[in-house]
Amino acid sequence: MNYLVRHPEDVGFRLLQHVEIVAVALFVACAIALPLGVLAARRPRLRAALLGTFGVIYTLPSLAVFALLIPAFGLGLVTTVVALVAYSQMILIRAVTVGLAEVPAAMREAALGIGMTPLQAFWRVELPQALPVVLGGVRLATVATISIATLAGKIDAGGLGALLFAGLDNDDPGRIVAGSVAAAALAIAADLALRGIERGAAVRAR
Amino acid sequence: MAGAAVRIERVVARYPGADRNAVDDVSLDVAAGELVVLLGPSGCGKSTLLRTINRLVVPEAGRIEVDGRDVNETPPETLRRGIGYVIQAVGLFPHMTIGRNVAVVPELLGWERERIARRVDELLALVGLDPARHRDRLPRELSGGEQQRAGVARALAAEPRVLLMDEPFGAVDALVRASLQDETLRIHAALGTTIFFVTHDVDEALRIADRIVVMAAGKIVQADVPLRLLAHPATPYVERLLDARDAVRRLQLMRVRDAMAAPGGATQGTIDADASLREALTAFLEGAERVAVTGAATGSLGFDDVRRALARAEA
Repeated sequence: MNYLVRHPEDVGFRLLQHVEIVAVALFVACAIALPLGVLAARRPRLRAALLGTFGVIYTLPSLAVFALLIPAFGLGLVTTVVALVAYSQMILIRAVTVGLAEVPAAMREAALGIGMTPLQAFWRVELPQALPVVLGGVRLATVATISIATLAGKIDAGGLGALLFAGLDNDDPGRIVAGSVAAAALAIAADLALRGIERGAAVRAR
Repeated sequence: MAGAAVRIERVVARYPGADRNAVDDVSLDVAAGELVVLLGPSGCGKSTLLRTINRLVVPEAGRIEVDGRDVNETPPETLRRGIGYVIQAVGLFPHMTIGRNVAVVPELLGWERERIARRVDELLALVGLDPARHRDRLPRELSGGEQQRAGVARALAAEPRVLLMDEPFGAVDALVRASLQDETLRIHAALGTTIFFVTHDVDEALRIADRIVVMAAGKIVQADVPLRLLAHPATPYVERLLDARDAVRRLQLMRVRDAMAAPGGATQGTIDADASLREALTAFLEGAERVAVTGAATGSLGFDDVRRALARAEA
């Protein structure tokens, strides 16, 4: 805790860096997972293939994934983002497919039956009703990403992990505690904020 | 806004992987403003036939015309925006308020906001909902009957000339169902919309239909006005389905004014000219020999008159 009190600007800097890494990774992850999930929602075989593949990645130790990616993408932000994106796909794609699959088929039929185009039915009827489940997935992915992103510190991409690993290397418990506490606080704050949004969406959808 | 004539010509529909046609060479001419009930057990093809009219099901063969125009000539979305569609329970979008649900089709059609708002209130009032009280509620905050009314309002939003109703009142209890049926008849009388109404409930069919189309295994078995169906069922299946041997059922469809004799003689009690003969039967069973007919027509009615009317209906 001492480090946190004595060097708030250093912790703050690392925290911002961490948020940045997580934000970029989640943005890319969602940009990939949303369309894939939508495609897979009504195609059981594609869904099985996607969830199988990303399920395997999900079970790999994260440190190993980072290590495996370094030869391809080098040290730094790119490897970090690629690894984080690969990790979160499992959670996100599953959330999107489950969320959409839970919308009754009759609901889509009703939307088409009163004259919506398939695209309008998706945006106006199916997605809004799947939203609470999708947002639940985004929340889980966010918390997991915040935690795994500490590994970025190991490969020169910064973030709270840098603080943590510097503490480990220099036998400095202050920095280890500061890094861990800040990462945990960030995860809790993100969880709470996203839960609030989720509840808002659920009130509309149920 | 009067209804449109619908002509169904030798339509065949089959679901992928099915071993027989869901709709098997069906032809049906429906006059503008007619209320046609498609009746039969589940799996008889009545819903599928209904859904070929708005192209939710694409027929393998045959032709469907609305107002003399092949439905395939109109893009499906445009066609459907001009044909009301009511389905059971799940039809309303749960994440939208009642008002927004009703406004969906006018919004798709690009109406101005004020016109939509006016139309929504008008429609809610038409189906017996209070706009101020229900407009901004979510569907789940309404009772089953109220939701079903809102579903009808949504289907009528863009003044469709044809209304398709697929077991619309299947999920509500008997009392509410009866009032929804009355409401449907009232709206039908007021707007003159052509209505296709799918049900497996015989009483519902007899109660609301101008004409009942009895279906089995994808084919039309018999199509006629309710009373003639009861009096002359074409096959044992129709007879069983409608319970046509039950004379009381027929009496329910006949009105006092059509059976009554001239006023006169000793009468005990009165009955309204528009009451059904079934109600008259109750009066006789309770001891009256003859009742006076009042209301829209005047006369008197005895048990013999009821008998004669029944015999005439069977002739």
